[in-house]
Amino acid sequence: MRRLLAILLENEAGALSRVIGLFAQRNYNIETLNVAPTEDETLSRVTLSTTGDENRIEQITKHLNRLIEVVKVVDLTDGDHLERELMLIKVRAVGALREEVKRCCDIFRGQVIDVTNDAYTIQLTGTSEKLDAFIRALGETAVLEVVRSGVSGIGRADKILSL
Amino acid sequence: MMTERLSGGEMLIRALQDEGVEYVFGYPGGAVLHIYDAIFKQQRIEHILVRHEQAATHMADGYARSTGKPGVVLVTSGPGATNAVTGIATAYMDSTPIVVISGQVANDFIGSDAFQETDMVGVSRPVVKHSYLVRSAAEIPRIVKEAFYIACSGRPGPVVIDVPKDTTDPSVFFDYEYPKSVSLRSYSPSTRGHSGQIRKAANALLAAKRPVIYTGGGVIQGDAAAELTKLARRLEFPVTNTLMGLGGFPGDAEQFLGMLGMHGTFEANMAMHHADLIFAVGARFDDRVTNNPAKFAPDATIVHLDIDPASISKIINADIPIVGPAGRVLAEIDRVIEAKLGEDPEALDKRALGDWWRRIHGWRKQHGLDHDQRHRQGLNGSLLPQQVVQSVYRATKGQAFVTSDVGQHQMFAAQYYKFDSPRRWINSGGLGTMGFGLPAAMGVQFAHPGAVVACITGEGSFMMNMQELSTCMQYALPIKVINLNNQALGMVKQWQDMQYGGRHSHSTYRDALPDFTALTESFGHVAYRIDHLDELDDAMADVFGAKHRDDLVFVDAHIDPEEHVYPMAIKGGAMNDMVLERVDGRDDIRDDL
Repeated sequence: MRRLLAILLENEAGALSRVIGLFAQRNYNIETLNVAPTEDETLSRVTLSTTGDENRIEQITKHLNRLIEVVKVVDLTDGDHLERELMLIKVRAVGALREEVKRCCDIFRGQVIDVTNDAYTIQLTGTSEKLDAFIRALGETAVLEVVRSGVSGIGRADKILSL
Repeated sequence: MMTERLSGGEMLIRALQDEGVEYVFGYPGGAVLHIYDAIFKQQRIEHILVRHEQAATHMADGYARSTGKPGVVLVTSGPGATNAVTGIATAYMDSTPIVVISGQVANDFIGSDAFQETDMVGVSRPVVKHSYLVRSAAEIPRIVKEAFYIACSGRPGPVVIDVPKDTTDPSVFFDYEYPKSVSLRSYSPSTRGHSGQIRKAANALLAAKRPVIYTGGGVIQGDAAAELTKLARRLEFPVTNTLMGLGGFPGDAEQFLGMLGMHGTFEANMAMHHADLIFAVGARFDDRVTNNPAKFAPDATIVHLDIDPASISKIINADIPIVGPAGRVLAEIDRVIEAKLGEDPEALDKRALGDWWRRIHGWRKQHGLDHDQRHRQGLNGSLLPQQVVQSVYRATKGQAFVTSDVGQHQMFAAQYYKFDSPRRWINSGGLGTMGFGLPAAMGVQFAHPGAVVACITGEGSFMMNMQELSTCMQYALPIKVINLNNQALGMVKQWQDMQYGGRHSHSTYRDALPDFTALTESFGHVAYRIDHLDELDDAMADVFGAKHRDDLVFVDAHIDPEEHVYPMAIKGGAMNDMVLERVDGRDDIRDDL
């Protein structure tokens, strides 16, 4: 079962390495990882997607909470939440393909943010499934390079993760 | 208020003084020379010069386990720090509070592969409760304060402070003020149990017909032995301890079933398997206890009390989990039960409990340690390890601090030395660190100068840290080392006997062993050698008598090399699946081994 954890972390050197080390040490899996400081610059927020049954997620959460620098842990998949991922994708765009790629980009509400004679760089946000679908729609031959941010997640409505 | 002007190195030592530290176990080197100079210029803390950094960490650990106070270690960077890692991991697995200060190359050199540079924070990360890298000297007082608080509170554990040399520079001075309190927004260990869960637990205990109280190191570390004993006596329930929990309940009490688990007593393991209620306190259902978790105690409701939420439902699902400090929660459960029994003296099913005790007594009579005749005589009249431990028990009237190493001797000591109070039995349970026993005994002896401290060891473990005999001479430590010498790595050999067709792959070294009496005498200590049962009690009376009160005495007890530890859990089985004895030179192994 896929799970999306939101973690508030002291924004200190070495704090992230403890989180990542914990996953390696206890044989837990990290599918995607996204981290940046929050509006409070003493805190970083991590969104981490992993897989496991209920017991495993409970253990992961408990062990994360044992880390001194972890301030809060929430399993976003426990409730309604939003998730988004950012992708920058460089696509071959020559001849007839140029129009085709542009059209596909529009359908997925992407933006072309860099153009050369034979390539577009497209920015696309959405759920991970949407980004996957875009890559499939382009066909593999067109794709030159992909960079994805990993999932960011936030609770819906008035659910707030803060101190 | 007047503040003092101190260098970083001086602040570090001053902060240790302000924490009330008595001893620092350490070894100097380039990266910590500023700190050593600060030590030289003061008297309040005594520094103990060890012979190997691993031993320093075990000494601090032994000091901590026997007192409940944090042990402190000081080592240099690079190899000094990495040598300490085994001891840090040992303390981590058994949740003991130690603070390890390691030197580091100067901040400007970090990452440059400088001489004696190791990323100590990185190397130690998986085996510490927390760690710090000092970035500037001004942080030192706060970091020391936090380190001691974190090491000692909640589920205790080791904390590393990695100190780059530039932050201890003796020519740069700072205002020193030791913080009065710690504020960590992300760390607030539980201080009390949930009252609803406490009521549920009390009701479950009262309703039990076949209960067992199973307690671990948490009762020792949490100073909860008195509360446990009071509750267990009120309920008259059988009590069993893990290897780490021995001494949490009086070992000579009728109500005590002995240790449980892989080499636990027959009655303890049978009772666990057939129980309808297991009350686990400060124990973590280690694989050495449960055997196969899928077959564990099929009928039991599990009530699990622990300070660490991560220990609950990790291996065995808890029906009634309680997170909190053992002593306080046990006292609250006891109050609830006292009140309920006051209202209704019939609240406990005395008849069912009477039947349960009859079954337990039956098991005890059948295969219990005291009723088992199998080790009356060793092969060819030789000495048996169990007899040596029992003799030590008699000679010390059960009142010694006993440390051990890892292997057969450790199990014999745990089985046959009956600890009637906490913090007396000191061994590496979780990590199983050979070489722990002697340095741990040294830490205990420093903490309790007048006490009798025995290290029950084997020749394999002893040789892993025997260099500390020199430290013992330097500081005149009158430890009694009982070496159960079977001329082999006994536990490995036992497994090879039982599971590998007797092929002793690299578990013997008989012709290469030193003369241990000559060896220890060369360090200036007293040594005895015992080969036969008829010499045993007289020798032990001598060793633990007034004659050798101030001497380190090494007893080289040559025991029957064929002896195995029994009972032994059958791999993959339930807790009631045990090999009980050796029959006709072969183990009574069931087909499913």
